Amino acid sequence: MLRQIEGSRGVAETVARCRPEVVCAYPISPQTHIIEAIGEMVKAGQLSPCEFINVESEFAAMSVSIGASAAGARAYTATASQGLLFMMEAVYNAAGLGLPIVMTLANRAIGAPINIWNDHSDAMAARDAGWIQLFAETNQEAADLHVLAFRLAEELSLPVMVCMDGFILTHAVEGIDVPDQRDVDAFLPSYEPRQVLDPAHPISIGAMVGPEAFTEVRYLSHLRQLDALDLIPVLASQFASTFGRESGGLIHSYETNDATTIVVALGSVLGTIKDAVDQRRALGDRVGVVGITTFRPFPFDEVRRALANAQRVIVIEKAFSVGYGGVLSADVASATHDATISLHSVVAGLGGRAITQHSLEAILDDAVHGRLDSVTFLDLDLDIVESERARIDTQRRSGPSAENVLSDLGTVASRIG
Amino acid sequence: MFQIRFHGRGGQGVVTAAEMLSVAAFDEGKFSQAFPSFGSERTGAPVVSFCRIDNRPIRSREPVIKPDALIIQDVTLLHQVDVFAGLSTEGYVLINTSKSFDELGLGDYLRTFHRERLLTCPATEIALEYLGRPLPNAVLLGGFAALTGQVTLESITTAIGERFTGATGDQNVAAATAAYQLVAKAEEEFDRATTN
Repeated sequence: MLRQIEGSRGVAETVARCRPEVVCAYPISPQTHIIEAIGEMVKAGQLSPCEFINVESEFAAMSVSIGASAAGARAYTATASQGLLFMMEAVYNAAGLGLPIVMTLANRAIGAPINIWNDHSDAMAARDAGWIQLFAETNQEAADLHVLAFRLAEELSLPVMVCMDGFILTHAVEGIDVPDQRDVDAFLPSYEPRQVLDPAHPISIGAMVGPEAFTEVRYLSHLRQLDALDLIPVLASQFASTFGRESGGLIHSYETNDATTIVVALGSVLGTIKDAVDQRRALGDRVGVVGITTFRPFPFDEVRRALANAQRVIVIEKAFSVGYGGVLSADVASATHDATISLHSVVAGLGGRAITQHSLEAILDDAVHGRLDSVTFLDLDLDIVESERARIDTQRRSGPSAENVLSDLGTVASRIG
Repeated sequence: MFQIRFHGRGGQGVVTAAEMLSVAAFDEGKFSQAFPSFGSERTGAPVVSFCRIDNRPIRSREPVIKPDALIIQDVTLLHQVDVFAGLSTEGYVLINTSKSFDELGLGDYLRTFHRERLLTCPATEIALEYLGRPLPNAVLLGGFAALTGQVTLESITTAIGERFTGATGDQNVAAATAAYQLVAKAEEEFDRATTN
């Protein structure tokens, strides 16, 4: 039944219907509403059997999830930003051990400077950890991806991270059809662990592996991730027939059939991009969009095929590898290396900076008229940057840049976006 | 699409107001979306929230930059925040105050707007009367329904009832209804004045 509810609420109710047996998390914005809601459901006996474990840190949250999963329980947790960084050693361990934990990442910037708002820096920091990473475009998809995530995780014995834009999705109230319990039960069989710590059949998990076999164990993980590229479309198709709507999959194309310019992006910004694309199409520009739902494993073949007929590709991404460039852009460049495509990277929405349709249309206009640089920072305030650069050039003790920039900017309370 | 921007202060229920309006529109079979200006969670700090209402699915995730209607829950923000940013002269304005636009010094600025789309409403006083607390958010939604006709009073009161249970819900419904009647009466008087 479609209800007008907060994104976090929709995810919490969906996770509950996936019948996790252990839920463990440490609160951090913008993830907190999800875990609070699940905690209340466990306390009220609405989610049973399930143990909700309060822990003292994110490192403990992931460690408990690992323990629970190794003991054969369906385990779930959620975090964001520095929370993910604080648990990072255990995040790698969960993947290396092949434990099918599902975690929501309510995407948020990483400090310093401290910032609670949305971007994809946290997801990109975990890009190489060995987790499957799925990105939600809407709150409906954020909810649905969790059902798919548990199924995918348990079939492959790999952990899955569902990324949803912090605040923009987690705190947005819109129509969500929380997957029906009977449908979830039909789609998601009870967890049959591939490895389990069972006193009746003792084994050990987590052996030290030396040079003689480390490469092989890693390569096996890689093969399992590549298996996901085959399995994800199958599960998306099964999901559609069970639940009567499309969710998940590897990538999604919009208006790309005749498009000479294609925008590639992850997550909720795809909605605003589609509005911008419709507007430019009305003016006669042949533009389209490719949304990447599965970011890890990266669907190279699908991305290459989707962009094959484009002359120009614009990757709009909410993360930036300082000293290098766009992270998603590098993956797209790698997927299209043999094509004659002009590739542009647009870094946008860092630390919650609003990505407006107006600015996106300007980017598309620049692109189709050949004016777009290879790397652009959307709506960058160059005056502020130059002012701080001048301060650094002229004063040895120029002070902290973050404080200087805020001081130059003056009051920001009057800003809407 | 009809876009509403709420301005208020932390603790005045600015985020809840946008959420309840989106529920009211949803209950009428429309597509709607509500979201806060993120992070301003301190009591008394300026807070902005947004609501979009449409007859087709809403994809945009940008803040409401060009509102069709403004609901200003705290009149002191007029001196602190550029609340009118992006508002066209076709827009609706509802301000929580017992003063007139002229008394607020906005008469000149709003001269080119449609007079019948501008209203002040003493929502805090109404809230104090019905709730015993200065919470103007649900009250103003009643006024918004009368001013814009975007949603019915019934949908607003249903949404309030879903959000607040028991006496609090009843009191908010009564307060919103009072504001609706007050605004509807002001609109009628304006119609009579302009037709005569």
